[in-house]
Amino acid sequence: MKHISALTALCVAATPALAQDSSDPIKLTLHDWSGQLITTTLMGEVLEEAGNNVEYVQADYIAQFAGLKTGDLHLAMEIWETTGREALDEAVATGNVVNMGETGMIAIEEWWYPAYMEDRCPSLPDWEALNACAQEFATAETAPFGRYLGGPVTWGGFDEERVEALGMDFEVVHAGTDAALFAELEAAYQRQDPIVLWVYAPHWAPAKYEGSFVEFPPYSAECYNDPSVGVNPNAAYDCGKPTGPIWKAAWAGLPEQWPNAASVIENFKISNEDMGAMVADVDLNGKSVEEVVAAWMAENESTWRGWIGQ
Amino acid sequence: MLALSRHITRGRLFWLGLFALTWALSTYSFQLYKLLDARWVIRFPSALQLNLDTEISNFLDWLVNEAHFGLFSFRDLTRAIAWMIELPYQFLRNLLIEGFQTGIGDGAVQIAPSLSWIAVIAIAVAIGHYARDWALALLVGVCFLYLAVFGQWDSAMITLASVLVAVPIGAVGGLALGILAYRMPWVETLLRPILDLMQTVPVFAYLVPILILFGFGPVAALVATVIYAMPPMIRVTIVALKTVPEELLEAGRMMGATPRQMTWKVLVPAATPTLMVGVNQVIMLTLNMVIIASMIGAGGLGFDVLASLRRLDIGAGIEAGLAIVVMAIALDRASQAFSERRMSHPRTGSVVQRHPWTTTVLAIVVVTYLLGQIIPAIQNYPDALKISTGAFWSDAMAWINVNFFDTLETIKTVLLTTLLLPVKKFFAGIPWFWGILAMGLIVGRVAGWKLGLAAALMMLFIAASGLWGEAMVTLYLCGVSVFIAILIGTPLGIWAAQKPGAGRVILGLMDTLQTLPSFVYLIPVVMLFRVGDFSAMIAVVLYALAPAVRYAAHGIREVPPQLLEAGRMAGCTPSQLLWRVKLPLATPQLLLGLNQTIMLALSMLVITALVGTRDLGQEVYIALTKANAGQGIVAGLSVAVIAIIADRIVHALADKQKRRLGL
Repeated sequence: MKHISALTALCVAATPALAQDSSDPIKLTLHDWSGQLITTTLMGEVLEEAGNNVEYVQADYIAQFAGLKTGDLHLAMEIWETTGREALDEAVATGNVVNMGETGMIAIEEWWYPAYMEDRCPSLPDWEALNACAQEFATAETAPFGRYLGGPVTWGGFDEERVEALGMDFEVVHAGTDAALFAELEAAYQRQDPIVLWVYAPHWAPAKYEGSFVEFPPYSAECYNDPSVGVNPNAAYDCGKPTGPIWKAAWAGLPEQWPNAASVIENFKISNEDMGAMVADVDLNGKSVEEVVAAWMAENESTWRGWIGQ
Repeated sequence: MLALSRHITRGRLFWLGLFALTWALSTYSFQLYKLLDARWVIRFPSALQLNLDTEISNFLDWLVNEAHFGLFSFRDLTRAIAWMIELPYQFLRNLLIEGFQTGIGDGAVQIAPSLSWIAVIAIAVAIGHYARDWALALLVGVCFLYLAVFGQWDSAMITLASVLVAVPIGAVGGLALGILAYRMPWVETLLRPILDLMQTVPVFAYLVPILILFGFGPVAALVATVIYAMPPMIRVTIVALKTVPEELLEAGRMMGATPRQMTWKVLVPAATPTLMVGVNQVIMLTLNMVIIASMIGAGGLGFDVLASLRRLDIGAGIEAGLAIVVMAIALDRASQAFSERRMSHPRTGSVVQRHPWTTTVLAIVVVTYLLGQIIPAIQNYPDALKISTGAFWSDAMAWINVNFFDTLETIKTVLLTTLLLPVKKFFAGIPWFWGILAMGLIVGRVAGWKLGLAAALMMLFIAASGLWGEAMVTLYLCGVSVFIAILIGTPLGIWAAQKPGAGRVILGLMDTLQTLPSFVYLIPVVMLFRVGDFSAMIAVVLYALAPAVRYAAHGIREVPPQLLEAGRMAGCTPSQLLWRVKLPLATPQLLLGLNQTIMLALSMLVITALVGTRDLGQEVYIALTKANAGQGIVAGLSVAVIAIIADRIVHALADKQKRRLGL
C-alpha cells in the first residue's frame, strides 16, 4: 500500500513543477441516464490516465448536493443549467461546493413534435402553425384544447405561463418523470399518433425519433422579466426557452486535495455532437458505456491528453 | 309507506344527511365564497398556516451541523453507525461478486476472487435442503440458476449482499425492541404510534435526512430499508411473546428461571415459529425496497430496472424486475421452511458425517476456486450461454400498443367521465372546515367520539400545513382505486377459495404482482394510457389488488364447516350458501383485506407521483427531488394521517361486525 502511493508520488514528481495529488480515490457521482454515465466514465478514465484513483458512487441528481457539501462525494459531472442551477447556486453559496466550469455541452429544451406531424399540420415548426392545429393534439381529457406533455413539475420551464402569454389553445399536462415522458413519446410514435412534448438534448430521443423542436419567438432575458417585451405586450414568457450550459460541480476541498486533478476536471470539454453520438451508441445500439468511452478516447487521444496538459 | 319508514333508521338518516350536506357544500363552495366574499371558504387562511416544514428543515440542519454530545457530534454518531453497517456489507460484496483486493486504482492487487457462481448456487441448494427437503433445494437452486442464465448475476449478488445485511439488522433489532416492549408496557405504549408512523410515512419522505446523516451510498439505502422493514418484526415479536402458553411460563418460574433465562430459554424458543413469520416479512419488505434504495445509491437489480426504463428498454426492465421476483421466491420459501422446521436429532459420526452439507459446500468452494483460476467459465457464468427475452417484451408491448390502443382509449374515456372526474370534483370541492368536521363526525360515529376528535385534529394539521387540496386529490385517487381493487379482488378471492385449482394460479399471480417492482409496469401503463390520473389508478389497482384477493379467499375458506353444513341442511342452493352464509361470516376478513388494500394504495401513491399525479405523493416526491427534508416529512405525515384514520375506521367496522356475528 505504502510503496504504491510512493510510486504514484514518484510519477507525479516526474511531471514538472506540480503540487502533489492525494492518493485517495476521487468519488464521482453516477445518476440514472446514459449521457451522464458516459460523461462521468470519460472523466474517470481520463483522471486515471492522469494518475488519480477514482471511485464511482450512485447518487440522486439533486440529493447529491448534500453529499458534495460534506465531502462524502467529490465530483458531479452534469449539473444542467435548466434543471439544476437553483440547487447548484444554493450549494455554492454555502461555500462547500465549487463550480468547476462548463462541460462544453449545451442543454436545449423545447416543445418538440415527431416528423409525421408535418403532414397533418403544415408550416410547422412555427409555433403559430402549431397553434392553428391544436385540435389535432386534443384528447378526451383536454378537449377542446390540445394536449402538451410537459416535464416533471420540478423542472420548471414556465409552460403554463407561455401558453397563456402566447394565447395558445393548449393544456399543459405534467409527466412525473423523464421515463414517463419518453414512454408516451415511444407509444405515440409507434402508433404515429399526434403528440407534442418537452424534449431535451443531449438525449437519445432526438437521435432515435425523427422530429423537430417548435420555433417560438427567440428567448431573451427581457422577454422573461419584462411583460412589455415580445409578442404579447402584457405578459412575460411570450417566447421560447433559454438554452444553457451543463456545469461541473465539486466539493470545495477537491482543488486542495487533488490540485492536478482539479485542473484536468476544469479542462474537460466535450461537444453536443460527440455526446449525442455516444449516447445513441449506448441507448440505441446496445453498446456498453465503457466500450463507447474507450472508442472515443482512442479516436480523440490528443483532446484528452490536452486536458491533462502533457 | 310503513315499509319505507322502517328502513329509515336514525343511523341511516345520519349518513344520508352528512352526505347530502357534504355534496351541497362541495358543489356550491365556490358560489359560497363569492356570496360571502370569504376566500377562507375554499383556501385555508395563509396567516394561520403552520410553517412546520421550515422548522423541521432547520431542526435537521441543526442536528447535522451543530448537535453535539460533548465528546462527539450527532453526525459522528450516525457516521459511526454507518461505518459499522458498511463493514459487513463491503465484506459480502467482496465475497459474492467483487473479490478481495488491496490498494486502489492501478495499484490494486487481488488477494482472492469472489465466490464462483457455482459455489453460490451450491450454498443456496444446501440451505434449501437443510431447511426442508430436496424439492425446496431444487426450487432455490433453479431460482439462482435463473439469475445466472438471464445475465442478472452481478446485479443480483449486489442486491443479495444488501438483503443479507438488512435482514439480520431488521430481524434482530425488531426482536430486541419487541422483547423490550413485552417486558415493559410503557415501551409498548411509546412504540405503537411510532410503528404506525414507520409503516405509513412514505419512504421518500425520510430519504433526504437519512442521506445527510448516514452519508451517500449503499449504507444510507440500507438504513432506509431497515426502517421500512423492521416494524412488522416488532409487532410479530410482541404478539408471539404474548401468546406463549401460560403453563410454559409457569413451568419456567417453578424452575427458578431468572428474567434473562426466562426470555432466552423459554419465551423466545417457544415463540420461534411465529417469530420466523416476522423474519419472512422483513425479507419481503426488504426486497420491496430494492428499487427505492437504488435511487439513493444501492445499485444492484433495482438500479438496472430504473436505468433500463429510463432508456425505455422495457424488456431489460422486466427481466431485472423478474429477477427480483425470483430472488424473493427463493428467499421467501426458504425462510418459510425454516419457520416450519422441526428440531431433529443431532447426527453422530465423524465431522464429515455430522456436517455433510458444510463439508460438501466447502469442497465445492475450494474446487471451483482452483478450477476457476484455469477455466474462467467456472468463476463467472459465460456470456455466450446467457439468454435474453428483452426483444420479445418490447415487441409484445409495441404490438398491444398499435392494435389495442383505441379500445383501451374508449374504456378509459368512459371510466374517466363516469367515475374518476365526478369523484374528483366532489372531493376537490369540499371546503376545508367542513372536511375536518365531516371527518370528525364519520370517525366519531364509527369508532367513538374520542377518536373522532383526534381525527378532526389530524385533518386540521393537514389543512394548516397548506396541503388540503393535495390531500383531497389523494383521497379521491386512493378511494377510486381501492373501490375498483375491491370490486375486482373480492370475486377473484371468492373464486380462488371455491376452486382450489384456480386458486393456486390466482394467488401465485398475486404474489408476483406484489414482489414485481411497480416501476416495471408503471411505464407500460403510461404507454397505453398516457400520463395522468387514469394511469396512476391502474398502477395502484395492480399493486393493491393482492390483499383484497388474499383476505377474501382466506375469509371464505375459514368459515366453520358446521355452519356450512347447517346451511346445506336448511336447503340452501350453492349461491344462497355463498351470499347468505359464507359472505356475511367472512365480512371481518373482507374488512381486514380492505384495510390492507387502503394501506398499499396509499403507499403506492408516492410511486405514481412518478407518472405525474398532483397529490400528497407528488408533494413528497418534489420534496425529495429538491432535497427539502422538512417539506417531505410534513407531506409524509399527512399521508400517514390519512392512513391512520382509514385504519381506525375499518378496524372499528370489523370489530362491530365481529360482535354482531358473535365471533
